[in-house]
Amino acid sequence: MSDILKIALVGNPNTGKSTLFNLLTGLNQKIGNFPGITVDKKVGYCKLTTDLQAEVTDLPGTYSLYPKSKDESIVFQVLADKQNPSHPDMVVVVADATNLRRNLLLYSQVADLNLPVVLALNMTDMARKEGINIDVDKLSARLGIQVVAISARSKTGLTELKQAISNITSIATQEKGADIKVLADLAIEEVKALVGTDNDYYALQLLHQHEHLDFFKDKYEQFEIIERAHHFESSKLQAAETISRYRYLSTILSGVIEDTGAAKKFVVSDRIDSILTNRFWGFFIFLFILFFVFNAIFSWATYPMDLIEESFAWLTSFGHEHLPAGVLTDLVLDGVVAGLGGIVIFIPQIAILFAFISILEDTGYMARVTFMMDKIMRKFGLSGRSVVPMIGSLACAVPSIMSARTIESWKDRMITIMVAPLVSCSARLPVYTLLIGLIIPDEKVLGIISLQALTLMGMYLISIVAAMVVALVMKFIIKAKEKSYFIMELPVYRMPRWKNVLYTMYEKSKTFVFEAGKVIIAISIVLWVLASYGPSARFDSIEKKYAQIELQQDSVKVSTLERDKAAEKLENSYAGILGHTIEPVIRPLGFDWKIGIALITSFAAREAFVGTMATIYSVDNGMDNEGTMRDKMRVAKDANTGLPLFTFATGASLMLFYAFAMQCMSTVAVVYRETKSWKWPLIQTVYMTAMAYIASLIAYQFLK
Amino acid sequence: MNLSQLNPGERGTIVAFTDLEMSVKLMEMGCLPGEIVEVERFAPLGDPIAIRVAGYQLCLRKNEASVIIIT
Repeated sequence: MSDILKIALVGNPNTGKSTLFNLLTGLNQKIGNFPGITVDKKVGYCKLTTDLQAEVTDLPGTYSLYPKSKDESIVFQVLADKQNPSHPDMVVVVADATNLRRNLLLYSQVADLNLPVVLALNMTDMARKEGINIDVDKLSARLGIQVVAISARSKTGLTELKQAISNITSIATQEKGADIKVLADLAIEEVKALVGTDNDYYALQLLHQHEHLDFFKDKYEQFEIIERAHHFESSKLQAAETISRYRYLSTILSGVIEDTGAAKKFVVSDRIDSILTNRFWGFFIFLFILFFVFNAIFSWATYPMDLIEESFAWLTSFGHEHLPAGVLTDLVLDGVVAGLGGIVIFIPQIAILFAFISILEDTGYMARVTFMMDKIMRKFGLSGRSVVPMIGSLACAVPSIMSARTIESWKDRMITIMVAPLVSCSARLPVYTLLIGLIIPDEKVLGIISLQALTLMGMYLISIVAAMVVALVMKFIIKAKEKSYFIMELPVYRMPRWKNVLYTMYEKSKTFVFEAGKVIIAISIVLWVLASYGPSARFDSIEKKYAQIELQQDSVKVSTLERDKAAEKLENSYAGILGHTIEPVIRPLGFDWKIGIALITSFAAREAFVGTMATIYSVDNGMDNEGTMRDKMRVAKDANTGLPLFTFATGASLMLFYAFAMQCMSTVAVVYRETKSWKWPLIQTVYMTAMAYIASLIAYQFLK
Repeated sequence: MNLSQLNPGERGTIVAFTDLEMSVKLMEMGCLPGEIVEVERFAPLGDPIAIRVAGYQLCLRKNEASVIIIT
């Protein structure tokens, strides 16, 4: 064993495994990727004794070593592959003491892989309250390993657990959990010879899972030959193995568990369920909670977001004043710092969204929401588990796409990821607000309802309908490799663990900043270059022209000199040239080259629209007076026809374009990260942009 | 009779499964032959259903419940 003991935490979902992980490692943790797959790898460090350090890996929760979702497949890969950088020296299996037999199924599988193992019985205090008494010493003797009773919630048993971990020997001591040989004797022997192992269960697992294992790719054919020669039937053998393991566990647990009052422990949870999943009130309460979360995301995030915006604005102007003027300063401040600001600004909303998601998950309510929504979602090719990412997308698609990872069925997960960015996110809000103010009169319908607010709500509704329709289409296009199913534990209601909530907020924000941040900064720099530079001949003539105006000392012209010059430069920059180039394509939608530039810059992030419009319509940014900008846009004339540019038709067309088009580099980046392929983000960008174009075309041609 | 035919409040004992692949997942989740299952409630739209089995609450779709043969 090395100086740093490598520990893997393994256990069923809802066993308090993550709470234990946070407790052991504190903030001393980092999130990486398991090589080759999208699953987040949570690693933390902890001091076991004065001279023994441990590296703890929190593996995804699973009921069995036979994986059902992307998250779960990592567990066997890490435990089985000795070459895997995360391969542990020992395993801590975390088991829920209130439901021990089901939890020990996974233990017995892990034990048979012959790694040194310690069993942590979590929630022992809860079990005792429910009338379940467990004879820990007897259990330990029968399993042949150290068993420690802990409670991660009330932080008891931690010292004992650390002690047990540091006592561990490098040789596994546990009893066999099942007679593996009888399942597929000859096939197992051949695999053992093939890969050079003496572990029966390892060999059997390889036979079951070799299709999905990267570390034996080269032996794929040999595995197939062995399977055929011995008529290896995967499902049948898994069933036989599971039954034999439960039989073994029944003998282990007889006389170890004493259950005195199982009936009374669900009364509270049942009562809450009868209200929260009530036929009538269920959806009503859910909508109310949704409304509350949204309101919180929009209203609570305003202050920190304003603060971040102001800080970055201050930083930029401070930098321009105090750094030596030049290209490098411009690049750093207008490219990098501006790009950074565009990322950091989303942290408050992401943190608040994930705080709520984590609270709703921790209490057990989220499981009920998926339970209630499954039937509706299934009609559209989604599953109950898609509800969380879809709701989250109203704030921001980026964290929502990350949260789609819990969806077990590959097809359901892909469809969710593909349609989530259609749901109108908060970045579209400034665009809608600006355009609605421009084209919708500030009038009241029926005396009370604001026409503008109604339009805004309509935009959100359109986006949700569009997402559902696209999901329905994809349901028929995407071919599933496996069956979609929905077998899920409904955990008892509990108080949220506030520390976990904080960790989730911190962890998700950090992941977002580092992962999406890289791409956004790169794109911001490219955009800055495109908008600041143009063919030198054109730029030279602009410089000359304005130098002359300056010489003339015409007070009217000089006062607007800088702005006019900037506007003219933008028109002749590469971005401006691009805008002119795409004008023929966007003309049928009612857009001119100026809007074209905004569309191009918006491909990095939608909210760039307002800023770009401000620059193009040469509004003094320091004043940031939206009214002025709106007025300028209102009087803007179409260069070809001389008619007002922002008619109702153009505005409606533009809003629809922003509702549907994929104009968010962060989303593209996160979809790439989650699917580990450029195929999906590419398909998504193409279909969304095509949809946007067609919707805008129809809207403009009908309304003009 | 299969599990999807029960109404809330009714119970039965698991005897067998009609789908091998699904049976592995169900057994891993504690639905073993010989276990007593009780239907606790239906989702507001009638599907999925929530059942009590092996000391905890599990939810599953009706077509998944229909592979569980009970008496």
